[in-house]
Amino acid sequence: MASRDEIKFLSNPNIGKSRKKYCRFRKYGIKYIDYKDPDFLVQFVNEQGKILPRRITGNSLKYQRKVAQAVKRARHLAMLPFVTDLLK
Amino acid sequence: MRQYEVTFIVDPVLANDAIESTARNYVEHLKSSDCEIVHIDAMGLRQLAYPINKRTSGVYYCIEFKAQDHELIERLELALRRDERIIRFLTVKLDKYGVKYNDDKRNGRIGRRKEAEAALVEDMKGPAKQPQGPKPVAAATAATAETVATAVETADAPEADTATGASEEE
Repeated sequence: MASRDEIKFLSNPNIGKSRKKYCRFRKYGIKYIDYKDPDFLVQFVNEQGKILPRRITGNSLKYQRKVAQAVKRARHLAMLPFVTDLLK
Repeated sequence: MRQYEVTFIVDPVLANDAIESTARNYVEHLKSSDCEIVHIDAMGLRQLAYPINKRTSGVYYCIEFKAQDHELIERLELALRRDERIIRFLTVKLDKYGVKYNDDKRNGRIGRRKEAEAALVEDMKGPAKQPQGPKPVAAATAATAETVATAVETADAPEADTATGASEEE
């Protein structure tokens, strides 16, 4: 009989558990999102330059709106592209 | 008294003096209409993310000012729109957090998320004033590469386990 320590799992039991998402703005107390900072905003767009949804970034609604606003302003000022490929 | 921020892109084809005088022209314009200039940020020559009027780069300026009168903004924007030397502009009203953020940024008191960037800014102060080097991008790619590496490790682990399990069964 194999003791309990020797039981081997066929797949890693921790693999499916995803860490809980959180809103980084709430967590770190960031109140203002700068539209002149494309290196920060690039975290919230995908490779094509589209704004990522809340279900992926984990932002709260309040800050998702601000992120979206900042990204759109940055696009207007040609700091972020409207459409592209291989942004990251 | 509301605080505003106008960012505009000047045509880089002009001579340096012409670019500076364009920016100064708007500062004077604001001063002459009873505005309190808070800060003028010359962000310098930057690559545009997409071409505008066949230009691929532009000289960015950002002027923060306090104004009493909202009609002033309309006049300012009209002047900017008529100016052929200006490629793009954007005027934004700053809320209290925006005012605080800009103040902190000037005094180098930006919190955790800006730590890397603060270092970068200090780096930039040493050599010539350069717009946003490729450093943060490199850092970001390094970070993603790291996460990918860990993901690969975790993916490999169960396979190794099954392999050893199979050998034990024999």
